[in-house]
Amino acid sequence: MDRRTFIKTTVAGGAAVSAFGFNLAPVRAQTQALKIARTTETRSTCPYCSVSCGVIIHTLGDKAKNAIPQVVHVEGDPDHPINRGTLCPKGASLEQDILNERRLLKPQVRRPGSDRWEDISWEQAFDEIARKVKDTRDQTFVEKDEKGLTVNRCEGIGWIGGCTDTNELNYLAVKAMRGMGACYFETQARV
Amino acid sequence: MSDERVLQIQQISAHPGPVPGRGTQRAVEVCKYVDVTTCIGCKACEVACVEWNDHPFRETTFDDTYQTMPSTDWNYWNLIKFVEHENAGALMWLMRKDQCMHCADPGCLRACPADGAIVQYTNGIVDFQQENCIGCGYCISGCPFDIPKFNEGTKKVYKCTLCSDRVGQGLEPACIKACPTGCLHFGTKGDMLALANTRAQQLVQISGFRNAGVYDPPTVGGTHVIYVLHDATQPELYGGLPSNPVIPPSYTYWKWLAKPAGLFAALLGIFAVFFHRVTVGPKRPQPEPVVTEHPDEAETKRSEQP
Repeated sequence: MDRRTFIKTTVAGGAAVSAFGFNLAPVRAQTQALKIARTTETRSTCPYCSVSCGVIIHTLGDKAKNAIPQVVHVEGDPDHPINRGTLCPKGASLEQDILNERRLLKPQVRRPGSDRWEDISWEQAFDEIARKVKDTRDQTFVEKDEKGLTVNRCEGIGWIGGCTDTNELNYLAVKAMRGMGACYFETQARV
Repeated sequence: MSDERVLQIQQISAHPGPVPGRGTQRAVEVCKYVDVTTCIGCKACEVACVEWNDHPFRETTFDDTYQTMPSTDWNYWNLIKFVEHENAGALMWLMRKDQCMHCADPGCLRACPADGAIVQYTNGIVDFQQENCIGCGYCISGCPFDIPKFNEGTKKVYKCTLCSDRVGQGLEPACIKACPTGCLHFGTKGDMLALANTRAQQLVQISGFRNAGVYDPPTVGGTHVIYVLHDATQPELYGGLPSNPVIPPSYTYWKWLAKPAGLFAALLGIFAVFFHRVTVGPKRPQPEPVVTEHPDEAETKRSEQP
């Protein structure tokens, strides 16, 4: 075998070996990076039903001054005594409740007889609500019942509480509504 | 994507030679436990899966059942199958969480012809690496559970990853975490099997389901998702769970017989050519036969010339 043949053999053999399955390139397989690895975790309460499951809201950034946080993921809070990390399908989709183009960000009103909602300012909303509460109370206030007992109740107004209402909010709500004479109270906790 | 490899690899699809680094670390096999008997069909696991994997939203299909859509899809890896089954005159509403079973001997991996497109980690998770996927779809026909799904847009195949990103960082999968009834559990394969056996015994002895049992099919080497069924003798009831899931034998013949034999034949051919060249030498052009002109014709030609 002369030198030329030897070199030809080496090249052909090498080509054959690499073509038929001896791959020396390192194998790279990797899992996706954990998307909540360095997010800021904020504890909150699921707003949907009366069970009031604890959730953790993961937001982008580490609360640095120049970072504007954005919600990237929501999941159950394992330290919460009620749900211990679990969530129902509605609670599991809370991220879509926050990041939703159809989410209401300002007060709206649908006037009597109207077929559409119109945007109003918070000031106008407060004024109109206060006006209606005053008018309703004036119209439906019952000072004495048919037996002549003093009852001082307002039968035209009711109050519905929500599951994310805190003790403090509920205290204030009851004080305010009882002060007006309202006696119809309901809460989502019974729904 | 980070460059850190957090999970050690056990098997690689279509990879020639040994798996680099295999057997250099201890590993615990992980497992999902699905207790079909306590599932209420709330679909929290479905939503948690879509949320964690940031899947695009899609239309659901109404099919006269509460099932979200007929089968899992490339962007819907976790589906509760709703089956109304009549058992001795009584209606049984069976709900089974359908997802990748993460077989110990995965048909998808065996069928895959693309190097590194499907890997199995040492903890049992079977994961698709879409950057290596060539979109041939062999994994779809290799899977006995009809799990890998093709995306027409990207021409790649997708399926449940068992939240390999979460598990690799020490968290439980998103579906397991969400489950509000606790019919889903996550842990080591041993722990989950023990839990499943306890629950199955409970069903047999207390609840009167005589055929209750654990679904961990040995024909695919066991799975890393195990079910507790009311009737383990008829897994087909639960939305088509195969009682004897088998990888199509054609893939075994192809990968373990036809492919090596073909490669061997091709190599043999190349060596035959080489040895022919060395022993016999190159083919030389044959010397042309000498054509002698007829003496008479030569004579006449010569005489015609002026």
